[in-house]
Amino acid sequence: MASVDSIYGLFADPRSADRGLKTLQSAGVPSQRILVMSPEPFEEYDFGRADRGTSMPWIAALGGLLGGVSGYALAWYTQIAYPSHIISGGMPVVSKWPSGIVTYELTMLGAIFATIVTLLITAKLLHWKFDIYDPEISYGKILIGVIDPAAESRVEFEDRLRDAGAEKVKGTGQFGTA
Amino acid sequence: MATKTPEQINEDLLRPLSVVSPRYFIALIFFLAVVIVAVSFFGRQIYDGLGVTGLNRPVFWAFYITNFVFWIGLSHAGTLISAILRLCNATWRRPVTRCAEVITVFSLSIGASFPIIHLGRPWLAFWLFPYPSERGIWPNIRSPLLWDFFAINTYLIGSVTFLLLPMLPDFALIRDRASGFRKRVYGFLALGWRGTPKQWHRLETAMHIMAIAIIPVAVSVHSIVSWDFAMAPVPMWHSTIFAPYFVAGAIFSGIAALIIAMAGLRKFLHLEEYLRPIHFENLGKLLLVMSLLWFYFVFSERLTGWYGNEKYEMSVFWLTQRGSFSPLFWAMVFCNFILPMPILAIKKLRTITGTVIASIAVVIGMWIERFLIIVPSLAHKYGSFSWGSYRPSWTEIIITAGTFAAMALLYMLFAKAVPIIAVWELKAGQSVEREHLETVLAASEAEAGAK
Repeated sequence: MASVDSIYGLFADPRSADRGLKTLQSAGVPSQRILVMSPEPFEEYDFGRADRGTSMPWIAALGGLLGGVSGYALAWYTQIAYPSHIISGGMPVVSKWPSGIVTYELTMLGAIFATIVTLLITAKLLHWKFDIYDPEISYGKILIGVIDPAAESRVEFEDRLRDAGAEKVKGTGQFGTA
Repeated sequence: MATKTPEQINEDLLRPLSVVSPRYFIALIFFLAVVIVAVSFFGRQIYDGLGVTGLNRPVFWAFYITNFVFWIGLSHAGTLISAILRLCNATWRRPVTRCAEVITVFSLSIGASFPIIHLGRPWLAFWLFPYPSERGIWPNIRSPLLWDFFAINTYLIGSVTFLLLPMLPDFALIRDRASGFRKRVYGFLALGWRGTPKQWHRLETAMHIMAIAIIPVAVSVHSIVSWDFAMAPVPMWHSTIFAPYFVAGAIFSGIAALIIAMAGLRKFLHLEEYLRPIHFENLGKLLLVMSLLWFYFVFSERLTGWYGNEKYEMSVFWLTQRGSFSPLFWAMVFCNFILPMPILAIKKLRTITGTVIASIAVVIGMWIERFLIIVPSLAHKYGSFSWGSYRPSWTEIIITAGTFAAMALLYMLFAKAVPIIAVWELKAGQSVEREHLETVLAASEAEAGAK
C-alpha cells in the first residue's frame, strides 16, 4: 500500500467534505486527481456525484440478448439432436412454448451475469491491494484528497483541507508523514 | 428510531457478530442435532430405497414434493419483496431487505434439494442437467421438470447475487475493524471495496438492474412449479389459474416467513430499535392483502370446478370439502383466512405479537395447502379402480422436520457471520432523513424570518 503519493483529509460530516472538494477544485486540481471515499453513498452532495455515467443497463440488455440466443440455441439443439427417426406424429420437432420458457430463463440469467461482470470490472473490484485507503472511513469518516500533488504544494493542500473542516490530514508515499 | 450516530449503528449491528450467548449455543446444538438425525434417516432411505417412505401407487408425490413446493414458495419472501420495495423506494425497507433476502437463498436451496431427496437414486440427479447421455439423448425440454431446473437455478444465482452485492460495503466495514484471520477472510469477501463514488454508483445501478431482473424470474419460478402439476390432466391440477394462484400463495407464505424471522432476530439479537413495530405493521398490511388474494383464488378455483360439475374433478373436490381430507382443508382455510383476517384487519391487533401469530398460522396453512393440492388429486384420480391412500412414514416426517431445523440453523449461522441488517443502507437512509429534516427546518426558519 501507499506507493502512490497523496494528501487527504478525513472529514466527519458531508458538508465539510463538500467544502474540502470545492477547495481542491478552486486550487485547480483536475477532477481525475481528486480522491473521494465514503462509508455510504452521498448522492445529495457534489463529492458523491462523481463518475455517475455508466453503460451497465445496456450491457445487461446485451447480456440478456446473448443469454436468450444461447437459451434458444440450447433448446432447439436438444430437440433436433434426438435420433432422426423419432416419430412426432406430424407435430413440430422443435416445440415453441417449452423452448420459449428455457429462452426466457437464460435471457434473465444472461442479464444477471452481464450485470455482475460489468460491476466487477467498472467498479474496479477484485483488487485487494490498495494504493490509497484509510480504515477510518469505516468509522464514519469521509476521505477527500488529491493524488500525486506537487511537493511544493503540500503545505497549501494541507491548509486548505484543514480550513475546510478536515479532522485529520494525512498523506501517502512521499507525503506519508503529513 | 431515535437518530443514531454512524458509530452507534456500527456498534449495534456488529455486536451480534462478536457476542455468542449460551442460549445461542443451545439452540444451535438442538437444530444441528435435528439436522443430523434427518440426514441419518435420509441415509437409511438411500440404503433401503423409497420403500421406507409412505409413497405407494397411486400416490407417488406426497410429503417431499409438498416440501419442495412449500420451500420454493417461502423463498419468495426475500428477493421478490426486497426487489419490489427497492424499486418503489420504500424507505422503511432498509432494515428488512437483508433478513428477507437470506430467507430466499436458504429456502430455495432447501426446496431445490427435495426433488433430489425424492429420487430413488439421488446420485443420478445430474441426469436432469442439459447434456446428452452416452446414447446421445438429451433431457426432454418439453418436461416441466426441466423447466424447474432452469428456473430454480436462475433464481438461485440471481438471489445469491442480490444478497451478496449489498454485503460488499459491510464486509469492508468488518474488514477494517477486524484483525488477523478474520481480517483476511472479510478482506477477501469485500472484493477490494473502498467506497469511492464510482463503486457506490455502480453498486446502486447493479442493484437496480438486479431488482428489475429478479421480479419476473421470481414470478416465473413459481409459475413453473405450478406447471409441474397444471400440465398434467389430473383432476384439480389441470387449471389455467394455477400459475398466478401459486405465485400469490408463494408471496403470501413468504411474507409470513419474513415476519417470523424478523421477530426472532428482533428478540434474540436485541434489534428492537431497528426492527420496529412499524415494520411489522406494514408487513402485516401486505399479509392482509395477500390473505384476501389467496381466498379469492381458492374461491374462484373451487367455484369454477363446482359449476363445471365434471365427474372426476368433483370426486376430488368433495374429498377435500367433506371427505377424509376435509379436516385439513378447513384447517387450511382457518389458518390462511379466518384467523389472520381479524388480527391483521383490526389496527389494535396488528401488533408484533399479532402479526407473528397470524404469520405462524399462515405458514402452517400454506404447508397444508401444498399437501392438499398434491395428495388428494393423486389418491382419487379418475375411476375408483385407481384410487389409493397415503400415510407419511417417520422417515418423511423426520426429514421434513430436519429441513425446518436446517433453515433455522443456516439463518443462525448467517446472523453470526454477517450483519443481518445492511449497515450502510441504514446509515444512508438516516442521512437522507436528516438532510430532509434540516432542509425543512431551514425553510421554516427562513419563512419565519421573512414574516
